[in-house]
Amino acid sequence: MHNKRLLMALSLTTALAQPAFAADHSAHADMAAEHGGGIFHMFRLETDAGSNTDGTPLQSWDLDGWIGTDENKLWIKSEGERADSKLESAEFLALYSRNISTFWDAQAGIRYDTKPESTAYLTLGINGLAQQWFETEAHLFVSEHGDVTARLRQENDLLLTQKLILQPYVEVNLSAQDVHEQDIGAGVTDGQIGLQTRYEFTRKFAPYVDVHYGRKFGETSSIAKSNGENNDELVGSFGLRLMF
Amino acid sequence: MRTHHPLMMALLMVGFLATPAHAKTSEYTLTIERLPVNITGKPIEKITVNGSIPAPTLRFTEGDEAVIHVTNKMDEPTSIHWHGLLLPDAMDGVTGFGGYKAIEPGTTFTYRFPVRQTGTYWYHSHTSGQEQDGLYGSIITSPKGKDPIAADRDYVVVLSDFSEEHSSDIMANLKKSSDYYANARLTVGDFFADIKERGWDKAFKDAKDWGDMRMMRTDLADVTGYTFLTNGKSPKQNWTGLFKPGEKVRLRFINASAMSFFDVRIPGLKMSVVQADGQGIEPVTVDEFRFAPAETYDVIVTPKDDKAYTIAAEPIDRTGFAIGTLATREGMKGEIPPARPRALLSMADMNMEMMMKDDPDMEMTPADMISGWAKTGMPEGQKALSYADLRYAGVQKDQRQPQRTIDVRLGGNMERYIWTINEKKFSEAEPIRLKYGERVRLNFTNETMMAHPMHLHGMFVQLENGQPAAKLPNKHTVIVPPGGSYSVLVTADEIGEWAFHCHLLYHMASGMMRQVVVAKLDAADVPATETKANGGHHAQ
Repeated sequence: MHNKRLLMALSLTTALAQPAFAADHSAHADMAAEHGGGIFHMFRLETDAGSNTDGTPLQSWDLDGWIGTDENKLWIKSEGERADSKLESAEFLALYSRNISTFWDAQAGIRYDTKPESTAYLTLGINGLAQQWFETEAHLFVSEHGDVTARLRQENDLLLTQKLILQPYVEVNLSAQDVHEQDIGAGVTDGQIGLQTRYEFTRKFAPYVDVHYGRKFGETSSIAKSNGENNDELVGSFGLRLMF
Repeated sequence: MRTHHPLMMALLMVGFLATPAHAKTSEYTLTIERLPVNITGKPIEKITVNGSIPAPTLRFTEGDEAVIHVTNKMDEPTSIHWHGLLLPDAMDGVTGFGGYKAIEPGTTFTYRFPVRQTGTYWYHSHTSGQEQDGLYGSIITSPKGKDPIAADRDYVVVLSDFSEEHSSDIMANLKKSSDYYANARLTVGDFFADIKERGWDKAFKDAKDWGDMRMMRTDLADVTGYTFLTNGKSPKQNWTGLFKPGEKVRLRFINASAMSFFDVRIPGLKMSVVQADGQGIEPVTVDEFRFAPAETYDVIVTPKDDKAYTIAAEPIDRTGFAIGTLATREGMKGEIPPARPRALLSMADMNMEMMMKDDPDMEMTPADMISGWAKTGMPEGQKALSYADLRYAGVQKDQRQPQRTIDVRLGGNMERYIWTINEKKFSEAEPIRLKYGERVRLNFTNETMMAHPMHLHGMFVQLENGQPAAKLPNKHTVIVPPGGSYSVLVTADEIGEWAFHCHLLYHMASGMMRQVVVAKLDAADVPATETKANGGHHAQ
């Protein structure tokens, strides 16, 4: 039974498969879908362009969303950055997301990075809404080489008006070991705080201004310095947030 | 070839034989079609019945044989449910219940049932969100002889909430983000204003408590952006009912909206409420009443002056009015009353038991104990209708104490827009089973912060409103207030498979529904009147 429901949530071909049911079963399935069992989706895409204080032009994207039922979802994430017209980082996640309590989903799946290194990870995590409306996600990654890293993110909406919204956010990355290929040291590797100010013309269409400060810590910071790179960065950008 | 339930076939056969020859047949033909309608100034394709929104008023006399041919000219299945009418489940219009099958595109289904009651009722689609998209209309069934409710004029007042969006888009948006339509949320500025007004401690405590629960005090309506209609007309289009000064005017108010509770008043006129959900009650004089989607009230007003009186129905989130006019001549317009302030939900709108479980140390102030939801903003000294006022006009036949109590806990997950009964969505739940003839109490507990108008198909329930057993009023739809509880009695005297659900459309569509099965093992004991299910599908 559970397998069947899992299959339904993950399979995009469910709709196509339904005519195979007998007439009565199909009526029953339709009624269930019409009263709590339906498949829905939500995707949010943010793309922006700006620069850091050194004047390096930067572009980034962030896609986050799901398709599925209330309980079982396929969660898709992707984010990446281009600096000086060169792709610096790009990651893609496909997770099975299971509702485990009122505000929380447990997630498991795969992350695949094409940049800076072509690397595959097993991913485990949670995603949900903490008290005081903090959108929260925490993920643990185990790379194909056995390296363990983690990422924690929180964000919150502060309404200046119904349409003008400040969104502060914070991100922390951690590593259980040195990962030489990625210039990462064990411990807290880097973090970011930022403020997105958006104007929601509609919920689905909102241009924004984003300012964030990112910094490397500990061994990771030392590695960056010895490579002749900055260990921190202040970035400002303009972007567009779409929901569909 | 459709498969027919063997029992249904048997019932059909008996039905043909049992049809009394002398019953007068009242026949209607309804054609359902998506057509452009222009209500807000831009034509939008909506669902019409015989070309109009609302659908035409169907009139019957008690004892008639109703024969209604429904033709589906849309490219999707449809259905019509006769809300509040006592009839066989196969004619009730809920797909999959009692053997009823959806009316497929290009086909006609003929409903056929005896009219067993009098009063004001309505009809609407019971398929996906079609009711929001326009498929609703009124039903008047008159007594055979003289109507005990005397009136010189008689108007149906169908109130509804019209959206420019398609219902399936509204549902999809609510699932993307449950606060998608919340456009009157508290802001940072409101927080500072609250600090200024009540001091840091109180303002901070409130913000913290609500934030801990991840709930919004402004959550009065899930969907906004509506234009509110009176008999299909916007306030600008101004539906008008004519009268001569001194005449008794009967207004049959039907809340046919998908999601909107209304506070209804006619400034300058007292209303004498004579029917609730089509069933006679002893007259109660009020200045205003609040009613939920699916509820109906019949009122008598006696306007004395040669002027225009405004029928003002204000949704509880105060985002507009449904407006109508009672006038002595066409073209007159009364004053539209100023919008009342929107109420904020309070801790009293929360289920205490649930809250104590969450936070046993939560402190409550006296102000927290007053329901925000129940605040109407009515002026001091005026009278609003309360369920406790309703006394059945006749004498209830079944005055038995209930043999058992069924708990009905209304719950949900606002964050994900999931609504449940006893923690299950319709898609996950087994039916509630009642034994034919038994008397049961439905004990509602609302664990959410929204009011839920709970509608049982097939049978009236009696409100346990403090009146004596003989005088408990019949209702088909019962408001269970936020955080509160309410109980009703029901005599399971209608065999069949019945829908039982919240009549907020998107709550039902996200799970707040159950099937109630009334059955008796011995088929020979099924009363003959229950067997009239002799309508049928046929292709056009």
